[in-house]
Amino acid sequence: MSKKIKRHDGRAADDMRAMEAKVGVVPNAKGSAMFKIGKTIAVAVVRGPKKLHPKFLQDPESGKLRCFYNMISFSGSGDRVRPGPSRRSKEINLVMENALAPALDLTAFPGSAVEVHVNLIQTDAGTRCAAITAAAMALADAGFRMKDLVSAVAVGSINGNVVADLDKTEEDISDAVDIPIAMMPNEEKVTLLQLDGKITQEALLEAVELAKPVCKKIAELQRKAITERYQ
Amino acid sequence: MGELFVKERQIVVPGDKLASGMDYLPAGGAYRDGEEIRSSVVGILGINGRVLRVIALKTHYNPRPGDMVIAKITDMTNSLWFAKVDSFRDGLMTLREVPEYVDDGADLTQFYNFGDYVLAKVAAVGRTNLMLTLKGPGLRKISGGRIIEINSAKVPRVIGKQGSMISLLKDKTGCRIIVGQNGLVWVQGAPEHELVAVDAINYINEKGHLQGLTDKVSDLLDKAMKNVVVHDSEEKPQKDKPKKKAKEESDDEEEAPTRRAAGKKAKKTAKRGSKK
Repeated sequence: MSKKIKRHDGRAADDMRAMEAKVGVVPNAKGSAMFKIGKTIAVAVVRGPKKLHPKFLQDPESGKLRCFYNMISFSGSGDRVRPGPSRRSKEINLVMENALAPALDLTAFPGSAVEVHVNLIQTDAGTRCAAITAAAMALADAGFRMKDLVSAVAVGSINGNVVADLDKTEEDISDAVDIPIAMMPNEEKVTLLQLDGKITQEALLEAVELAKPVCKKIAELQRKAITERYQ
Repeated sequence: MGELFVKERQIVVPGDKLASGMDYLPAGGAYRDGEEIRSSVVGILGINGRVLRVIALKTHYNPRPGDMVIAKITDMTNSLWFAKVDSFRDGLMTLREVPEYVDDGADLTQFYNFGDYVLAKVAAVGRTNLMLTLKGPGLRKISGGRIIEINSAKVPRVIGKQGSMISLLKDKTGCRIIVGQNGLVWVQGAPEHELVAVDAINYINEKGHLQGLTDKVSDLLDKAMKNVVVHDSEEKPQKDKPKKKAKEESDDEEEAPTRRAAGKKAKKTAKRGSKK
């Protein structure tokens, strides 16, 4: 890991893009948060708990988390993004729910649904990770019980070098591997791990190890954003 | 001896390590994870001897039997009203839980109509519904004034210790105020004074976690009341009224006659309805 690699924007291998986080950005919502990493901006809003319909989806023991990922039509760098649900956004809704649910305790709201709507107003890779990071802050802001925050980052490899937080330019390199990872930073437990591309076992383990300190840095920022709201 | 990682009254977020070792005990929004005590909510830490308690800054209302709540009538069937107390539970109010006599087959809108607010008591709480009752001192339909919503975590702040905050609000603005445990607040007075009271309550909702809140709210009320211009001479604050008991139920005695009158009226109209 000590070898110096060259990234197109001059970052070191474990450097992230500039980040910014803010909580309470939507005053009308129960909880809300904005997370910006490089050119990717995610705005998360929490609604509910409300009655879950259709009824057969209800869980009599606990509330359910439902995530809604949405890329705004002007958010991409190229063509207009077609609005509305797509195969890709459905998958991301699912992985977001699975990434956030282990941290969240909704047993006080049986039969209900808690909705997290995440809008990506500008995208430059790493959107699902930005969405999860923003969603975790918004859920905490709404006052739900969580055993830990959830922080997410995309690690990966470019030309065989393991790097953190790929941007679109890096992701589009032909042999680039993208590994979105979400973690509960205090417990150091992984709640999301996806892999897109071909990678050796060693490189994968190295990438997962790299994600830990990076997620902790993101968690520190999330923490700061939440406490700042009440200063 | 266990180690403490945070200071009293510090703001903590979910996952924050509060203390290690078995000497400390978790309470409120804190939980034990092996050797460590962590926070599970965004809140303020209170230390009481060995007990570490995290008081949440925002919560969802958790109904309990006996709570006084302000509920909005949303629907009705032949035998009961649905009232919204909580965002995901149905609040049910049956015919026998209202003070008026309701004839079989009577038009229920004559008593409590869609959109009416009632000051009710939670009788029982189920998994997906809760039972409300209007039988009890001071429980009634709310008319006039305005309803605002605050977070239910801030209800104790608006009431204050022994009702100190709410009596401050009532004395300074001359408004009648009822705080429901579910976070709905009813404010009634001269329109200008209502606005002052609403601003102050919203301020408590936003800044209720700060220290010296009573002084801040007092200053805010004094300043705002100085600038109030009452346009209609009839609607001056009724300062000559006897001071009310410093409790949220304080309006009870005062309200009782009007409630009875309203009930009579409702009965009359109901009779007319049933004759048809």
